[in-house]
Parts: sequence; C-alpha cells; structure tokens
Amino acid sequence: MAEENKVILHGFWPSPFVKRVELALKIKGIPYDYVEEDLPNKSSLLLEYNPVYKKVPVLVHNGKPIAESIVILEYIDETWKNGPSLLPEDPYKRAEVRFWASFLQQQLLQRAILVVKSDGEAQEKAIEELFEKLKLLEERIMNIFPEGTASINQENMGLLDIVLISCFGYYKVLEEVLGFKVMDPEKTPLVFSWLTTLLEIPVVKEAIPSHEKEVLFIKYVRQNALNPTAV
Amino acid sequence: MAEELSLLGMWASPFSCRVKIALKLKVVQYKYVEEDLFNKSPLLLKYNPIDKKVPVLVHNGNPLLESLVILEYIDETWQGYPIFPKDPYERAVARFWAKFIDDKLLPAIRRACWGEEKGREKAVEEATELLQLLEMELKEKRFFGGETIGLVDIVADTLSLWLTSFEEGSGVELMTREKFPKLSKWSHEFASTSAVKENLPPKDELTVFLKSLFGKPAK
Repeated sequence: MAEENKVILHGFWPSPFVKRVELALKIKGIPYDYVEEDLPNKSSLLLEYNPVYKKVPVLVHNGKPIAESIVILEYIDETWKNGPSLLPEDPYKRAEVRFWASFLQQQLLQRAILVVKSDGEAQEKAIEELFEKLKLLEERIMNIFPEGTASINQENMGLLDIVLISCFGYYKVLEEVLGFKVMDPEKTPLVFSWLTTLLEIPVVKEAIPSHEKEVLFIKYVRQNALNPTAV
Repeated sequence: MAEELSLLGMWASPFSCRVKIALKLKVVQYKYVEEDLFNKSPLLLKYNPIDKKVPVLVHNGNPLLESLVILEYIDETWQGYPIFPKDPYERAVARFWAKFIDDKLLPAIRRACWGEEKGREKAVEEATELLQLLEMELKEKRFFGGETIGLVDIVADTLSLWLTSFEEGSGVELMTREKFPKLSKWSHEFASTSAVKENLPPKDELTVFLKSLFGKPAK
C-alpha cells in the first residue's frame, strides 16, 4: 500500500523545533515528504493533526500524527532501528541526555528567543540569565562528554547534538542581528567547540538555512516583537 | 538494595510524589530523605547543583533530576509494572500529554488560582480550556493508562489532591464535577489506587502549606 511506512513532516523552515526532526530523519536515512506550513495560514491538516498546540513540527507516520519535537525524536529512535541511535543504550546516560535536552530547550533556547524579542532592561536581564545558564552547561560538559566532543560525526551524533544545533547552529546570525556574541569561544570554549564540531558535519551543513535568509527572518521576528503592528 | 537508592524529596511536592508512586509500582526499596526547601541540605546541593530542586533520585551514587526524566529511568531500569506503554506510538502520545501537563496545564492552573486578580477571569478561562483537552483525552477509559495507571496518570497527580487543595486554598473553582465529569471520576479513582493513596500528603496540611506558599487567595 502506498501508505505503508509513509513519513510526512509538517514544518516551517526557520523553526529550530522542525530542524531537529529534519536532522534526525536525515541522520537515520529515513525518506520523508516535507510540507512547508505558512504559519499565519495554517493548513487544515495541521490543525487536525495538532489540535492542542496547532504548531509545527508534526510528524505523520502511516497517517498517525506525533507532535512536540523531542517526543518525535524519541519516537524516531524507537521506531527506526537502522542508522545511528539517537539515544545511548545505558539508562543513566539516556537520562542525562533527556535532562540536558530539556535544559537546552527550556533554559537556553527560551532565553535566547527572549533576548531576540526584547530590548532595554528586559533584554539585559534575559542576556544575563542566558549566560548564567550557558556557564552551567559549560561546567558540566566534561560529565556529559567524558571523551570530549572533537570526535562527534555523522555516525555517532545523537539527540543532544541535534538539539544543540537547532538551538544555536545559527549563532552567527544572532551575533549579526543582536550586535554581540551569544556563543563566545572565550566565555564558553567547550560549548563553542562542541557546536563548531557539529557544524562541520555534512548532514548538518546541508540542513542549516542560508545566513542571509536567517538574518532577515530573525530581524523580522525582533522587529515584530518590539513594534507589534495590528494585523 | 535499599542503601543504594535514595530519593530526595519534599512532602508537599507533587513532583516528588510522582517518583514515590513509580517506585511503589515497581516494588523497589529506597531511602527517602525529606528536604527543607528553605534550608537545603548539603546533600541536595551536591547532587543537584544545577537548579537545587527536588526530586532527586540517587542510584548507586548517580543523581537523576527532573521528575519526567526520573520516571523514564525508573521504567527502563526496573522490570515489573509497566509505567510507559510498549508501543512506540502509544509512548509518544503518553510523553506528549505528560509534557502538556507540565509545560502548559500546570502553569495555567497556577495563574488561575494564584495569579493577579486583574487577569483572573482570563486565566480561569485558559485553564478551563486546557483541562477540557485532558477531559477529552481520557475518553471512556478508567485511567489515562487504560485499566491501570500509567505515565500520564502519575504526571497528572497534581490534578487530583493538589488541584483540590489549590481550589480550597484560593477559592477558585476549576475542576467541577459538572464541567469535568470524567476527570473528577478519574481523580477519585487515581487517589484510591493503593500505590498512590499511601504516598499522598495529608490534604489539610497541604492546603495550608500551598496557601502560604502561593499567596493571597481570590476575594
């Protein structure tokens, strides 16, 4: 049947959450159809597949929808056993990956988004908190990667690597739009080198949108947040 | 072995309660350490320097943080009672609702019960809408996990005793029997399950504590 093992990803090209799923599918070598959603004009299919949040990404596998990017990543890892594992075997290491993935998302990405969307005192506070949390990650990297991060490649990268790229792969874009470094090799050298190692991996390089396109998008997000216009 | 597994928790925390329930379901022995959150122990600060919160499960000297992460670890480490469904799609659905409860529903409930008077009506509306989604998800099942409690039921522990305490402490009514017949029934069945019942804190003490923690009740 045509529907057998059919995978469709509903996404939006600048979304870090969608990026995660795209990377996971590519790393695992899973063929999929991609549907670009126009977010101000969401398709009725998207609304049917994700009535709770009405957001992307949504992965549809054999007609069954799954929402929430990290939930999707775990589903991909459990369903397709070929290709690299996105999570380690050992339950404690899996717990570590889950914890830090949640940290990257809730503590780091959310604050980075706030930094983009605010100015003045609110932005200063968000920046301070972001660097505080980045420092925490920096301090724990040797626990997470006792062998270091230099040898991470397409064959052994995992869920945490994917989440980091989705959160900060566009760090140069942020630097250009904001006028200061979010990923600073002097402040957080280990996180910086982890990120840059990942950005050298071919599947990652291919998945990152063009710098110019991203700059325009982030500028638009910032402008919209600071000067909301009635639509 | 009991001496190699400890849980650092707090009696009034629904997050600590989740872990207690899970360990009970798995019939695993552990040492419980009550933390005073206003005077955190050196042990807590050592095992969770990142956000210094409970619950922390320490297994063979290795700390695990975040209740959802801990629940997955417990299910993967100890056989016996299945907390997560077996099928990958069912697991994804369970994880989705667990995150929904923590990321969206609980903050909305907190805002509705304890938020500023000014935004109260809107907050109550939002919390009600979100509770409706969960009511619909329950369908005709006894528990979110089916015939027996599973991940989503455990994570929804806040909606049984704690929500009742919130409502009593704040004066804001959210989960009424008329609006939420399924959830109300679920709440009662859930709290009556033996693994849950013996791990719930006493209601009156909880209400007093939550009221003092969260502030001014609704007028």
